[in-house]
Amino acid sequence: MTASHQYCTFYLGDQCFGLDVLKVQEIVRYQPLTMVPLAHPMVRGLINLRGQIVTAIDLRVRLALPPRLESDEPVNVVLQTDDGAVSLMVDEIGDVMEVAEEHFERPPETLRGAAWDLIQGAYKLTDRLLVILDPELVVSLPAEQN
Amino acid sequence: MSNSEILREFLLETHENLALLDSDLITLEKEPAEKNTLAQVFRTLHSVKGTAGFLGLVKLQAVAHSAESLLSKLRAGEMRFTPTIATAMLSVVDAIREMLASIETFGNEGSGEYSALIAEVDRLREAGDGEVLAAQPAEAALLVTQPVIALPVAPPPMAHVTTPTPPLIIPSPAETIALPPLESASDAKAAHVSDSNIRVDVGLLDKLMTLVGELVLSRNQILQHSASHEDDAFLGAVQRLNLLTTELQASVMKTRMQPIGNVLNKFPRVVRDLALACGKKVRFEMDGQDTELDKTLIEAIRDPLTHMVRNAIDHGIEPPEIRKSRGKSEEGRLRMVACHEGGKVIIEITDDGGGIDVARVRDKALSAKLVSPEVVARMSRQEILRLIFMPGFSTAASVTQFSGRGVGMDVVRTNIEKIGGTVDVESPQGQGTTIRTKIPLTLAIIPALIIDSGGERYAIPQVSLLELVSLNPDQALRGIERMHGAPVYRLRGTLLPLVFLDEQLQIEVTRGVADDVNIIVLQADDRPFGLVVDAIRDTEEIVVKPLQKQLKGISVFSGAAIMGDGRVALVLDVLGLAQRASVISGAKSRTLGEQERPTAPVASAGQTLLLFAPTAGGQMAMPLSLVARLEEFPRTALENLGARPVVQYFGHILPLVDVSEELECLRLGRRSLRSQRRRHSVSDAVSVVVCAAGDQQVGLVIDRFLDIVDDHVADRSRASRPGVLFTSIIQEQVTEFIDVAALVRAATIDLLPHTT
Repeated sequence: MTASHQYCTFYLGDQCFGLDVLKVQEIVRYQPLTMVPLAHPMVRGLINLRGQIVTAIDLRVRLALPPRLESDEPVNVVLQTDDGAVSLMVDEIGDVMEVAEEHFERPPETLRGAAWDLIQGAYKLTDRLLVILDPELVVSLPAEQN
Repeated sequence: MSNSEILREFLLETHENLALLDSDLITLEKEPAEKNTLAQVFRTLHSVKGTAGFLGLVKLQAVAHSAESLLSKLRAGEMRFTPTIATAMLSVVDAIREMLASIETFGNEGSGEYSALIAEVDRLREAGDGEVLAAQPAEAALLVTQPVIALPVAPPPMAHVTTPTPPLIIPSPAETIALPPLESASDAKAAHVSDSNIRVDVGLLDKLMTLVGELVLSRNQILQHSASHEDDAFLGAVQRLNLLTTELQASVMKTRMQPIGNVLNKFPRVVRDLALACGKKVRFEMDGQDTELDKTLIEAIRDPLTHMVRNAIDHGIEPPEIRKSRGKSEEGRLRMVACHEGGKVIIEITDDGGGIDVARVRDKALSAKLVSPEVVARMSRQEILRLIFMPGFSTAASVTQFSGRGVGMDVVRTNIEKIGGTVDVESPQGQGTTIRTKIPLTLAIIPALIIDSGGERYAIPQVSLLELVSLNPDQALRGIERMHGAPVYRLRGTLLPLVFLDEQLQIEVTRGVADDVNIIVLQADDRPFGLVVDAIRDTEEIVVKPLQKQLKGISVFSGAAIMGDGRVALVLDVLGLAQRASVISGAKSRTLGEQERPTAPVASAGQTLLLFAPTAGGQMAMPLSLVARLEEFPRTALENLGARPVVQYFGHILPLVDVSEELECLRLGRRSLRSQRRRHSVSDAVSVVVCAAGDQQVGLVIDRFLDIVDDHVADRSRASRPGVLFTSIIQEQVTEFIDVAALVRAATIDLLPHTT
């Protein structure tokens, strides 16, 4: 029997992404945002999560993907980090998926481009790839990684 | 604060600490090498000893002192922590507990005799090892037999201290706090210190706060819905709900806040006693006692402050004779100031003593092997001063009753850093010491002004608020003037620089020309400035929460707060905003300009002035006495010498300086703007003021001459930029007085060899 991991999955466009389920605190539907002027573009604003002020990061901006349509309401994936809860705004939420380690593969050398360093690897599912993101790096400003 | 109140606090505090001591000692017995725990025990006893000393509790102090001395040896690694020592130490804890109980009930330490216990502890210390249990005196047993009877899990009476195995009692903290003294156990009516206060878990208060926040949200929704109802009974209920919720919110918020005076007020007494004991004369001053601080923070700063005060008196302020010989007054000054500043609570303790001797700090740090000689050699004075915050550091030549065991400043630092604060020291040689503690406002509730800009709400801490000015569109049009592009407003005759919040935040500008202009006059580092916002809403008490790391770098925000309706609002950092808008850095150059003023020709009251319009617009003035001639040259007469335009003038080459451009160069610190802005008006003639500066003549290029006036320049505001001496109002126009000498100097540096 091989080891398996559980991932919270979500979509940005057609691509399926996964984050370690233990790092995900909760999923919250779209919340009214308070804009933060002068902030990095990936910070969409602040939300009030039951009395806690949480920074909301647009994962599309973080991964340098094209912006989502105005009409689409993003969903908040709230992560637990050392610095408190941080929300990632994604297009659509998927299931919690249990995948076997044997299907995991590290990113190929050819993986380059924006934010490639956030990608830990991918699970080869039957019909698609589940791309696993680094939960710590994904919430940090791009400049902080250096 | 009365004596009994100090006692009360001491009892509460010590009860808590004793509970920890019990478990710490047991831990140590199991793991004798556990250094942190040992240090913890040491500090607690050190504290008890110290406070007991101030309060004149001689017996208590003696017991704690002997235990501390024993621990001191253990800490230095000269002895090993053995079960025998654990037993003796636990006896000490019980003895202290017994005395505290007696103090609580009778107001004195009781009739217990503890010399045997002290002798035993001292013997253990001298024996240097733990194998002395056979000689345990019987009296010692008596001392520790006080059963703590009201406890459900009361420790068995330790009648037999000679038992080699220590009693395995780990009273839980809660039980220990409720510990009633022996005597009053039968007298249930006796009011206990610990009864009048309930210790509530801060986490519970946090939860209450959050719940109340949610309640407010629901209340607001109900209020909105109720607007469409006409049922009187329902509306009445909604009204009551509204009032109650508001009150509940206020109360819950207040549960956590206390004026810092609660801690500070005990210090006059502490200082007096300590000064007396050290044979020093100290005048103690306090300020800012009403600064409100979160309860948990108050608790956390209590010990550090005490340590700092002890240090200041014991090490800082010199004995009267020495002070006299150094030409200071015999009475030393110790000042403690608390205030809110820039989103933090600042507590400063300043003494006017001898200051910290850097050489001694260095030597001490070296001998205690805290740093290596190579490292020290590279350290700055300030870095060496900070060594006093290292564990195990102490400069006092002798160990006194009060301080000097090396658990001072490191405890201070540890405790302050635990609550996210910082502590720093300043000590100009021989001029006393200032210890500056900054505690974050994280939990503090502050009153704030809520404003709108670009469609979002922002909160401005009211501490930096001076006044509010609202102008109707008409007034705004007339009242807001431009000084070389920079907007200013005349507030009672003084020019107030204006900062537009939406511009600074680079957000959408939603202000219309036909809207009222709201100016919030703010104070940043002694410099007032006007912040223009879209709308001023209300004042609200807010809980400032820190921003997460993704937003830490933005200096114009000090945090965020959740508003009454559940939305988040950012809290503006007035200092950061002023810096961003260059209100403050501008102030620095202005101060420089002031210092240079005496050397420059100053337009003084009663002088005749030439008024002119520079090419970039506005109104400027210069003393007529510096003007040689007013000239107009056809544009075709202009020639270039290098980058500098010149004209031939009575057989000489007259360098030309465009006043507006040159001022811009001075401001930017550049030599020339080159061609990028050389767009002298479209007219064919160039107006030039020919100035004589020494034997050198320079032509100042301006747009046009305006007037010559005799003006008694009464109202001077400080200069707005380099090259300008000051600004004033002449003929109802904001006017800059240019520094002719500076302009000439700047213009001729590169030309001097060519002229004459």
